[in-house]
Amino acid sequence: MKFLDYAPAPESRALLNLKDDYGLFINGDFTAGRGTPFATINPATEQHLAMIATANEADVDAAVSAARHAYDGVWSRLSGSDRGKYLFRIARLVQERARELAVAETLDNGKPIKETRDADIPLVAAWFFYYAGWADKLDHAGVGPNPASLGVAAQVIPWNFPLMMLAWKIAPALAAGNTVVLKPAETTSLTAMLFAEILQQADLPAGVVNIITGDGMTGQALVNHPGVNKVAFTGSTAVGRAIARSVAGTDKKVSLELGGKGANIVFDDAPIDQAVDGIVRGIFFNQGHVCCAGSRLLVQESIHDDVIERLKRRMQTLRLGDPLDKNTDIGAINSAEQLARIRELSDLGQQEGAERWSVDCVIPDNGFWFAPTIFTNVATSHRIAREEIFGPVLSVLTFRTPAEAIAKANNTPYGLSAGIWSDKGSRILAVADKLRAGVIWANTFNQFDPSSPFGGFKESGYGREGGRHGLAAYLKPALRSGSRSIVAAPENTAAPVSKKTVSAKKAAK
Amino acid sequence: MNRLAIPKTYKLYIGGKFPRSESGRVYEVLSHSGEFLANAAKGSRKDARDAVVAARSAFRGWSGASPYNRGQVLYRIAELLEGRRAQFVDEIVKSEGTSDSDASAQVDEAIDRWVWYAGWADKYVQVAGNANPVSGAFFNLSVPEPTGIVAIVAPQGAQSLLGLVSAIAPALVAGNTVVVVANENAPLSAISLGEVLATSDVPGGVVNILTGSPAEIVPWLASHADVNALDLVGAAELDWVDLQISAAETLKRVLSPEAGEDAAAPALSRILAFTELKTVWHTKALL
Repeated sequence: MKFLDYAPAPESRALLNLKDDYGLFINGDFTAGRGTPFATINPATEQHLAMIATANEADVDAAVSAARHAYDGVWSRLSGSDRGKYLFRIARLVQERARELAVAETLDNGKPIKETRDADIPLVAAWFFYYAGWADKLDHAGVGPNPASLGVAAQVIPWNFPLMMLAWKIAPALAAGNTVVLKPAETTSLTAMLFAEILQQADLPAGVVNIITGDGMTGQALVNHPGVNKVAFTGSTAVGRAIARSVAGTDKKVSLELGGKGANIVFDDAPIDQAVDGIVRGIFFNQGHVCCAGSRLLVQESIHDDVIERLKRRMQTLRLGDPLDKNTDIGAINSAEQLARIRELSDLGQQEGAERWSVDCVIPDNGFWFAPTIFTNVATSHRIAREEIFGPVLSVLTFRTPAEAIAKANNTPYGLSAGIWSDKGSRILAVADKLRAGVIWANTFNQFDPSSPFGGFKESGYGREGGRHGLAAYLKPALRSGSRSIVAAPENTAAPVSKKTVSAKKAAK
Repeated sequence: MNRLAIPKTYKLYIGGKFPRSESGRVYEVLSHSGEFLANAAKGSRKDARDAVVAARSAFRGWSGASPYNRGQVLYRIAELLEGRRAQFVDEIVKSEGTSDSDASAQVDEAIDRWVWYAGWADKYVQVAGNANPVSGAFFNLSVPEPTGIVAIVAPQGAQSLLGLVSAIAPALVAGNTVVVVANENAPLSAISLGEVLATSDVPGGVVNILTGSPAEIVPWLASHADVNALDLVGAAELDWVDLQISAAETLKRVLSPEAGEDAAAPALSRILAFTELKTVWHTKALL
């Protein structure tokens, strides 16, 4: 150990008692799946953690039936304040078991314990606490008086923030009065199953939340199930497209939170050291496995060399290694498959002529790892400037004028996030106005809060999660203001339809 | 002795101009009782693409106009429509076969609908956006912004003018630009509305009106990569599931077909359907 090196400081695994295998959580109980079980591993060591069940179509059907039964029999009849009380209970239970959940998440996902402990799990509790308070205040959600719940929500979530994405999906759905069938990502099902135990501790009525595990086929069966009224998906734009196609012609309400290629714009008057930390936070937080990552750095030409030099110096201090170590900044890539994709696109970046620079760090022998990497001399036509890499890889482009920065930032089919670094408030406001992105961070990056709506423009999807607007994704107006959708409503969910014509004058009152 | 009347040539309305279809095609528009009224332009795929280009070039100016300005421009449409009531009543009576009083009522309601939506232009942001009380030293604000280019299939039912206005006005409120495929059987009031738009203060390209066969034109709009949203309100008779499927390719925002006379009834939700919520986090200094 050299002077100023860190001693190892691993978080204890002792408070986590994993089972050998996990079943499906349907109708309040754990049951064996009828598909072939699969192993979940620790991506930092490739060691086996537990066996996870696979739900086949019959299991999906059982889960949707349980959710429907719970919706009709219990949840839709419960008062808003009682629904809220269950959500408050869940928030508190998450807080009580926060450390255990953080350790489990780090083991299963590979992300550093300091992130699961300080970001993921606290946000999970915050999300339930926030939406708990909404459950008896739905008149103020922005969809008119007495809004109605939708019914059964099918929710499919990704592996990058497993429990956090679960909270983003389940909390607003339950607050609005829906019941849920949720499918976690194949590689990160563990914390969802621990969450199922929390639901049992909270004594949530059976069937209100069902959690089924499996691969993409399970998710597809769930999304396509005729008994669901709502589909909420977070993941790749390709799968989002497939879902948008598959719900065509149905009455299912859809929200999609998809990919991104966020521009992080640094102007010449920005506080450079803070901007450098923001760039690091934007692309190396969670190994860059972030749909809203600032994966394109747009830096004003006059300060390019200075910013890149300081960025490299800062990156050299990033500590890559054991995710359970409290000093670790960069954890493991979540899967061999994802690592292969990151490698492929990075190699392509080199082939296309961009200049590659990676942190000189020791890569552990086992597990999936990728050293933080930046590409300079990137052209807008390069694939690393256009495609989502979903890893710790930053593409650096330059601009001369604010207009050029805006044009380059918007030059993407995505529109999820963007960052602006400048000391000039009026410039920040003007640039923020012109960026076509759903979430913009000014002199910060990758901030999340349950009260703040999150979601994309363009091919980054539609619908919002978080805030009042996130609630609206799980509600419909009491009456459809006179117009009649010709789309057939599935059984049990016929929307109240006004028979009489509503004139403009009446509606105007 | 009666003076010999001068019939109007009904053309498309694209980019503030009135071109014929580039295809050179027309189709016969008949009155309710089957008499010849006009040869309307039969819009083609190329016309639809030209309209999208016009809508895209107009988007920046229209979405960047102040809400007060957009409200006044939309109100101005009502003013000019009011001045040409007689012409619209006449066209509606001929093509829809309704009574004078029914046609008048329809024109009145169409005018009032412009007024109702005009008033929303500088208010919907206040109603649909808000500050968010996030933890930490940030000022966080969410505001709705226009989605972009909205392709609309106008209602194909009885009330040709009211249906058209009800579909395009809400999309315009937020600053979207529009390509609309008019009522196929009763397109005359749509083209006459184009004349109203051209002589009001609506910039060219903000509204583009295509006449012809929706079944032929709409698939090109549904699959067009530069169209951001698709309002299928009048698409009940089309293969609208296929249209939704092709719209999924670029993740367009899609509204489903509606049936009945109250299709596209006035509602704030129609404005918000073609908006995107933008949330901006501003860092506060720690004092």
